[in-house]
Amino acid sequence: MSTSAPARPFEPDFAAAAKDAVLSGVIALGIFGPLVGLRTTQNMSNQLIVESHWGLVAIIVGIVAVGRFVLRAFVFPRMAMWKAQPKVESTAEPSFLRRNIKTIGLVFLLFYPVIIVSMLGYQQSIKWVDNFGIQILIYVMLGWGLNIVVGLAGLLDLGYVAFYAVGAYSYALLATHFGLSFWILLPLAGILAAMWGIILGFPVLRLRGDYLAIVTLAFGEIIRLVLINWRELTNGSAGISSIPKVDLFGWITFNVADPNYVGKVFGLANSSAYYKIFLYYLILALALLTAFVTIRLRRMPIGRAWEALREDEVACRSLGINTTNTKLTAFAIGAMFGGFAGSFFAARQGFVSPESFVFLESAVIVAIVVLGGMGSMIGVAIAAVAMIGGTEILRELSFLKVVFGSDFNPDLFRMLIFGLAMVTIMVWKPRGFVGQREPTAFLTERKAVSGSLVQEGHG
Amino acid sequence: MPAPSWEKDPVLSVEHVTMRFGGLVAVNDLSFAAGRGDITALIGPNGAGKTTVFNCITGFYKPTQGMLRLQHGDGSTHLLERMADFKISATAKVARTFQNIRLFSGMTVLENLLVAQHNPLMIASGMTVLGLIGFPAYKKAEKRSIEKAKYWLDKINLTDRADDPAGDLPYGAQRRLEIARAMCTSPELLCLDEPAAGLNPRESGELNQLLLDIRKTEGTSLLLIEHDMSVVMEISDHVVVLEYGIKISDGTPAEVKADPRVIAAYLGVDDDEVAEVEEALDVVVEEARQ
Ligand SMILES: Nc1ncnc2c1ncn2[C@@H]1O[C@H](COP(=O)(O)OP(=O)(O)OP(=O)(O)O)[C@@H](O)[C@H]1O
Ligand SMILES: [Mg+2]
Repeated sequence: MSTSAPARPFEPDFAAAAKDAVLSGVIALGIFGPLVGLRTTQNMSNQLIVESHWGLVAIIVGIVAVGRFVLRAFVFPRMAMWKAQPKVESTAEPSFLRRNIKTIGLVFLLFYPVIIVSMLGYQQSIKWVDNFGIQILIYVMLGWGLNIVVGLAGLLDLGYVAFYAVGAYSYALLATHFGLSFWILLPLAGILAAMWGIILGFPVLRLRGDYLAIVTLAFGEIIRLVLINWRELTNGSAGISSIPKVDLFGWITFNVADPNYVGKVFGLANSSAYYKIFLYYLILALALLTAFVTIRLRRMPIGRAWEALREDEVACRSLGINTTNTKLTAFAIGAMFGGFAGSFFAARQGFVSPESFVFLESAVIVAIVVLGGMGSMIGVAIAAVAMIGGTEILRELSFLKVVFGSDFNPDLFRMLIFGLAMVTIMVWKPRGFVGQREPTAFLTERKAVSGSLVQEGHG
Repeated sequence: MPAPSWEKDPVLSVEHVTMRFGGLVAVNDLSFAAGRGDITALIGPNGAGKTTVFNCITGFYKPTQGMLRLQHGDGSTHLLERMADFKISATAKVARTFQNIRLFSGMTVLENLLVAQHNPLMIASGMTVLGLIGFPAYKKAEKRSIEKAKYWLDKINLTDRADDPAGDLPYGAQRRLEIARAMCTSPELLCLDEPAAGLNPRESGELNQLLLDIRKTEGTSLLLIEHDMSVVMEISDHVVVLEYGIKISDGTPAEVKADPRVIAAYLGVDDDEVAEVEEALDVVVEEARQ
């Protein structure tokens, strides 16, 4: 590309750094002097007095000045050096891990429950298979579903959780009222969600960018409010409980009372872990189905049209592409996978309520897609592991009580840490974990497209 | 005087087209015809309304008044002012390029050319369903479309950059790619909005060869907006001149070049001076007759 600056030997400029440090020290003094240094309190006789904390101010100013010095003298030049030589990095042969990340990830996912069970036994494995395995995979699937809409077609949909809700309630209602099997309701839930995707899509797809985002956000909220207020059908905010479990096509079930309970069939001791492991493989299969379909779709005209739409909608129309239909298919297929995930969610929980489909859920899924980057499937998977796995790990932070005292509640800091982590990641990798786009066809050699050229889409 | 050739078998007839933006009349009662197999140039000073005419032809704007008729070689007729923009490309077979290049910059050169073949590929993939389950007919269709892309890459000299992102190409190559992408839709009429803008003389010469070649081998009719008079004079068969949305001249390059109103429009002469120029020319013509 453009001429990169010749890599200068690394030499810290101490004079400039010192000047910078003094300046930031002065600014810090100006800010923190009045804020921290002077504090008004009441004395014993209820008079207002001014206390001074100049020691604390000195510490803060010291930290700011030294920190700035270190940044300016050592950190910034290093960063500039890294930036000056990105080409060297990309021409190098990618590491073994990077080349085979898909295979390694897949093998790991297939053996994950086996590993956990053999390490911890059935009873202890539940937490790891359920809270980590299943939970993360649900979000991987949701991320991949939304990735079609946001990552490929470039349509910012902030109400994706609505389709998740449609799927969940479709299964919950049809299974409890009509006793239909999961295997019939799974495709049905997908179809219903896709239908809602189209119904929503028709009026809103002529909107672009921010407007589309706001309307989809509103749609998500409308669905939730309908679920709360349509008591006769949905039982309101109390939700729907005792949703039947999934079985293996009727051959094997997971209810202890049934004659073909998995424990009886295989002569195993009763345990709820079997169901969790079964669910794990079910959601793994569903997520892989999503991935498989998406990968194939990307190489088909419709997938290329989605990406072209993200790049330039006007050019698409000048090439005879019906952009409305193209957007609708993206919406419908994304919604369909959301619906699949929703019906799985209902079957796994055995209980659904509008609580599960709040805006925060949509935001988390969008965050996963954005963090993943470039419509990349691997990126989305990594982001889901980082975000959902991360929040689950943060639940395990009780050891921090040792550090901060017993009244420290790590749960309260979960969202804070979560937010900080997101900001950090976005600063570090503004285009998400995977900053490249894989082309869908090639003549001689498949070369990744640098993220700086790929558009984010405007509607 | 016999009717000019483009009136006999027009591929595009623009009839009394007016385009208003609020109070501004960008195109005013414009009528002209573009002959089949001709290279027709639409010229005029900045802001004359040339791009607006293109946008009306390709359906991005609906003209306030008037008719745009496109006739295929097989006799079928399409009324463009009634069609949606993507239909104009898909069924009326009008392709276009843009004044400020609009490539899919994050997609590779090859992908750009494949997106242009969306509609036939979509049919071959059975609206995606058959292709998704691995139907062999789609595989064949995709191979064919890659062959077609290769053919055009060869013509625009970009075969060795097929797998690079379009946004990484130099400016001149992007212009050529945009033309190739438009040609991949197999158009009857190709509309080029200032294709030579920003090209150096060598590139501009190559562009002329490319356009002449497109006309010869594909039989596509061309309509181009151009500021570079050397390009216009060299390759076009028919020139239409616009000024302030009004057609001021229409004829062969030689006729237009000699038209005093065109000279005035391009040199920025006042209206009464135009009259003077016309008088002077009349005198010259009289003298020549005698
Ligand atoms: N969408 C629009 N809304 C309002 N006015 C417009 C619009 N499009 C074009 N115009 C106006 O119409 C007039 C003609 O513009 P147009 O772009 O067609 O000129 P042009 O001949 O292509 O000029 P150039 O040689 O600079 O490309 C201009 O005055 C322009 O401001
Ligand atoms: Mg213009």
